[in-house]
Amino acid sequence: MERRAIFPNKKLPYLLVAPQMAITLVFFFWPAGQAVRQSLYQEDPFGLSVTFAGLANFHRIFADPNYLYSLQVTFIFAIGVTVMTMIPALLLAALIDRVVKGKLVYQTLLIWPYALAPAVAGILWLFMFNPGMGTLAMLIRSTGYNWDPSLNGTQAMLLVMVSAAWKQVSYNFLFFLAGMQAIPKSFIEAAAIDGAGPMRRFWTIIMPLISPTTFFLLVVNMVYAFFDTFGLIHAVTAGGPGKDTETLVLKVYNDGYVNLNMGGSSAQSVVLMVIVISLTIFQFKYVERRVHYS
Amino acid sequence: MIETRQTGRLIAHFLLIVAVIAMGFPLYYTFIASTHTSSEILSPPLSMLPGSNIAGAYGLALTKGASSAGNVSMTLMLWNSLVMALAIAIGKIVISMLSAYAIVFFRFPLRLVCFWMIFITLMLPVEVRIVPTYQVIVSLGLLDTYAGLTVPLMASATATFLFRQFFLTIPDELVEAARLDGAGAMRFFKDILLPLSRTNIAALFVVTFIYGWTQYLWPLLVTTDPAMGTIIVALKKMVNFSDADTPWDAVMATAILALLPPVAVIVGMQKLFVKGLVETEK
Repeated sequence: MERRAIFPNKKLPYLLVAPQMAITLVFFFWPAGQAVRQSLYQEDPFGLSVTFAGLANFHRIFADPNYLYSLQVTFIFAIGVTVMTMIPALLLAALIDRVVKGKLVYQTLLIWPYALAPAVAGILWLFMFNPGMGTLAMLIRSTGYNWDPSLNGTQAMLLVMVSAAWKQVSYNFLFFLAGMQAIPKSFIEAAAIDGAGPMRRFWTIIMPLISPTTFFLLVVNMVYAFFDTFGLIHAVTAGGPGKDTETLVLKVYNDGYVNLNMGGSSAQSVVLMVIVISLTIFQFKYVERRVHYS
Repeated sequence: MIETRQTGRLIAHFLLIVAVIAMGFPLYYTFIASTHTSSEILSPPLSMLPGSNIAGAYGLALTKGASSAGNVSMTLMLWNSLVMALAIAIGKIVISMLSAYAIVFFRFPLRLVCFWMIFITLMLPVEVRIVPTYQVIVSLGLLDTYAGLTVPLMASATATFLFRQFFLTIPDELVEAARLDGAGAMRFFKDILLPLSRTNIAALFVVTFIYGWTQYLWPLLVTTDPAMGTIIVALKKMVNFSDADTPWDAVMATAILALLPPVAVIVGMQKLFVKGLVETEK
């Protein structure tokens, strides 16, 4: 889409885009280019010598059991978070769509967790479930079950998944609700007159009509689980116990920023870039959006 | 008409109330903990009623903090978080609005190049370029500065696209009329476009404020001085299970302080927030 009426200035538009371009070039394109470049080089930890290594860094990370394990952890985490987020969010949206009174109050009381930083969300759950002082942890242990997420990898994974999903439900809920409210009332009424009960209407009318929203949220939740939960995992488990909750972003941070392994961490960054680029392209290509690019 | 079965609706209300309580419990738990003393917190089960240490806990957090977070006061951390969130929100809005204006209302040779460069930033979140971005910050001398904390996060593809979408809906006649009346490009921007964009700006402000306040990885990377940190990074450092002296009452109070401002913004400006969220992400 293009405008017909425009302004004739030739230099002004460059001035207007200059701040955005400057930030984009210095803080996005330059570091991304550096990551790609460094991923092809081998550097010793003191930065004294650099040698061209071709794809050796990539061969190395994909032959590294730690990296493959982190890949597996990330996928389990992302799938778990997506499922634990979308099902409750869909249910809540369907429920709120049914009630007449108190809609706004319920909505307020359901969306506030969106305002929490992922790290804070994780820390709130950690307060309740750490064996040292968490009252809920104590309740679980009093049943005889040995709950200790700082030693048991499965329990740690469960804790970060649940807290990550808890924060993300609000976002999904709002989009599901918006999708449901966009369905013309006449569709639902027609089905009701034909004798379809609430469950039947949900599965045969509402679900198919909000499938673009569902699809969109699926991608958003994957991106969230892959990238935005760094703070949460870093604050709650720091990737442990062992490496049982070390997702790919955590591993890049640990290898590159903490342990200064430049070549390896850059190769990991490039793999992550490929993942984001694929998810973004996938989303723009297959998910219906309001934005159309000329 | 859809059937109005009373029982169905009652069940919906009941389930929603259960959900609201379940969603709110972690917050309630932490708030209650923040009113008890450290030793009460360390000997579960915690009473589910408020204790009497509220002044002690918040006072300690706001004045001294904890040694594991460098003994900085949370008053300072709240200030840093506020500066960061405001600067990012205002910066993002200004920068995105100007570039959307250039892309929609002008024709220039590099127009599409600029557009795609902004688009590509969507695919380059900090998380995929941690180390090289850190190196850029170091070489520009921006470690431990407000500029380092905020400027790199001001570029925004989603905000630019939101303004672009909105600008495309401005009728051509309005532009033509303004030009006939002798208004230049900047005059049109200031007197016509800016007032028309008010709601979009407000909605975007809410969403970008939350974005700025909840940053974690970025302040972790670009600040080494505890006094330059944000309240969220400070909170993470305070949660220290290996130190027997961790002042848990102050930690709980800090958690509440860290979440209160953005939650207040969402609750207070719910309509704008929902608009901003649904429209920028779509």
